[in-house]
Amino acid sequence: MLKFVSFRLLSSLVTLFLVITATFFLMFLVPGGPFLSEKINAATLAQINKKYGLDQPVYVQYGNYLKNLVKGDLGISFKRRGYTITEIIAEKFPVSAKLGALAIICALLVGLPAGMLAATKRNTVVDRIIMAVCTLGIALPSFIVSTTLLYILGMQFKVLPVIGLETPRNYIMPVFALSLSPTCYITRLLRSSILDIQGQDYLKTARAKGLGEQVVLFKHALKNALIPVITYMGPMVAGILTGSLVIEKIFSIPGLGKYFIDSIEGRDYTLIMGTTIFFAAILIVANLIVDILYCLVDPRIKY
Amino acid sequence: MANSLLEMDDLRISFFTPAGEVKAVNGMSCALNQGEVLGIVGESGSGKSVSVTALMKLLVRPGKVVGGGIKFDGRDILAMSSKEMRGVRGKDISMIFQDPMTSLNPVFTIGNQLIETIRTHTGMPKKEAADRGVKMLAQVGINNPEKRMKQFPHELSGGMRQRVMIAMALSCSPKLLIADEPTTSLDVTIQAQILDLIKKMRDETGAAVILITHDLGIVSEICDRIMIMYAGRIVESGSVDDIYYSTAHPYTKGLLGCLPGSSKGVRAPLKAIEGNPVDLLDMPKGCGFASRCGECMKICLRENPPSFPIGEGHVSACWKHVPVNASEVRP
Repeated sequence: MLKFVSFRLLSSLVTLFLVITATFFLMFLVPGGPFLSEKINAATLAQINKKYGLDQPVYVQYGNYLKNLVKGDLGISFKRRGYTITEIIAEKFPVSAKLGALAIICALLVGLPAGMLAATKRNTVVDRIIMAVCTLGIALPSFIVSTTLLYILGMQFKVLPVIGLETPRNYIMPVFALSLSPTCYITRLLRSSILDIQGQDYLKTARAKGLGEQVVLFKHALKNALIPVITYMGPMVAGILTGSLVIEKIFSIPGLGKYFIDSIEGRDYTLIMGTTIFFAAILIVANLIVDILYCLVDPRIKY
Repeated sequence: MANSLLEMDDLRISFFTPAGEVKAVNGMSCALNQGEVLGIVGESGSGKSVSVTALMKLLVRPGKVVGGGIKFDGRDILAMSSKEMRGVRGKDISMIFQDPMTSLNPVFTIGNQLIETIRTHTGMPKKEAADRGVKMLAQVGINNPEKRMKQFPHELSGGMRQRVMIAMALSCSPKLLIADEPTTSLDVTIQAQILDLIKKMRDETGAAVILITHDLGIVSEICDRIMIMYAGRIVESGSVDDIYYSTAHPYTKGLLGCLPGSSKGVRAPLKAIEGNPVDLLDMPKGCGFASRCGECMKICLRENPPSFPIGEGHVSACWKHVPVNASEVRP
């Protein structure tokens, strides 16, 4: 196990390196630059470019970037003057992560029981209603859900605050909007995975042993049925923790999600690199945790 | 049969599919005594497994018992609530299945699954149940039982797993063990071992056994009585000697004829029973076997034969065996 984890960590360094390289060169293929929108003359622009090292050939810049990265220096932001990338991530990530963690907890707390309910009541009205809601939840884009919520609950009835994250009540709408799609996905996944398992011989054995339907379902079926859900959790957790652009924009939440897009629009090269590396690292760690969880759930999986 | 443990009376089971009613079991009657080993033999789809599944009340939709009765140990199984039935399953009637590779839950240890069974029915403390589990494993011939308790099913071979299944099935001293093709997916040497084990456990625990199989060779080894099923009906039943040496029903004759080595000469081709099994969706009017029977008569196509006694405990459902004073048995 220790060998597996250390091997995975080492190989993830290779993955990270490839991500860095690809992003770096792709980024420079896109026309434009960080300072083009500023009203300055050509001489000043050249000077600024020189100051940030942007006048050098791309491969030299790449080499410099890697050198600094090894030292743990992600550089300074071109757009948000006076801030290092590390500072921006350290300031914004906790906001997104807190919101994301709440959304993940909600998704699990609602999705798992709903999936089991739908599976046990399959082909009944309960099952049909749950499945219809889930299809809707997956199909509706988050900007529609968010703006509708905002308009009805925030503007028309004024029961919930519309901006920021000052009070716990502020969290209700964004967390709901953020967790809707994963909740529905988990529900559908668990339902179909339990139904797949229903025909398995070991459940017949469990029933033939005289176990109650509850034990059969909660012990014997659930542990086997969780494996696909765990697989889905890896990328889902990484995606949600690092923030959603749409939801953060709509609810004016100062999280990291916004910076993913802003950095690209503004050609804030160091911020693009910083956020990409950060996202990749979180994804790698989440997938590693998923692989470790597999071992715990299914003893047949060994590394 | 005053002391019979199990009585099935004219049991009828159907599956209600979109294509229509599939009559899987069409009036099956039988009795089983304490400690007796009964072999049920028949080809796929003859209703062997379905009938014992009904006995455990584990039939799932669209399967349904549509007629007849099952009495076990003086109690009416079909009238039991699902809670009462849970007390019977695994305690009074246990079951082992065809494929030991998939019959144990892969994500729990052997010990966990064994202890679970024991505690469900006896309420023993965990420690005591674990001791009992170890004892059961040792009894079914598993070496190093303490270690096995901590292992997962995938760490054991197929034969070992079937032994574990047997240990689990017998852990609460049931009165009846149902073995649904327990050796079909095992290789031949392991088959013999498992059969010996079932026989040994019967002798030690006194449990009655119903052995379902399509292998006539297997039943002759350990059964006291044999029932031959075809198209959801029992066509012949009797002692092992009756079936093998005074074979009565044409279908049984056909089955025995199919065994390798039963034809004359080593190089003679294997015989087969011509034709196809009946369509259970659309059962013919008369005897289910009539269309494949070499000795078919007119009455066979018109009317289904009842069971005629032809010897002590030996019955055959074939019009050829109508007793001389036929008017008495005519339906």
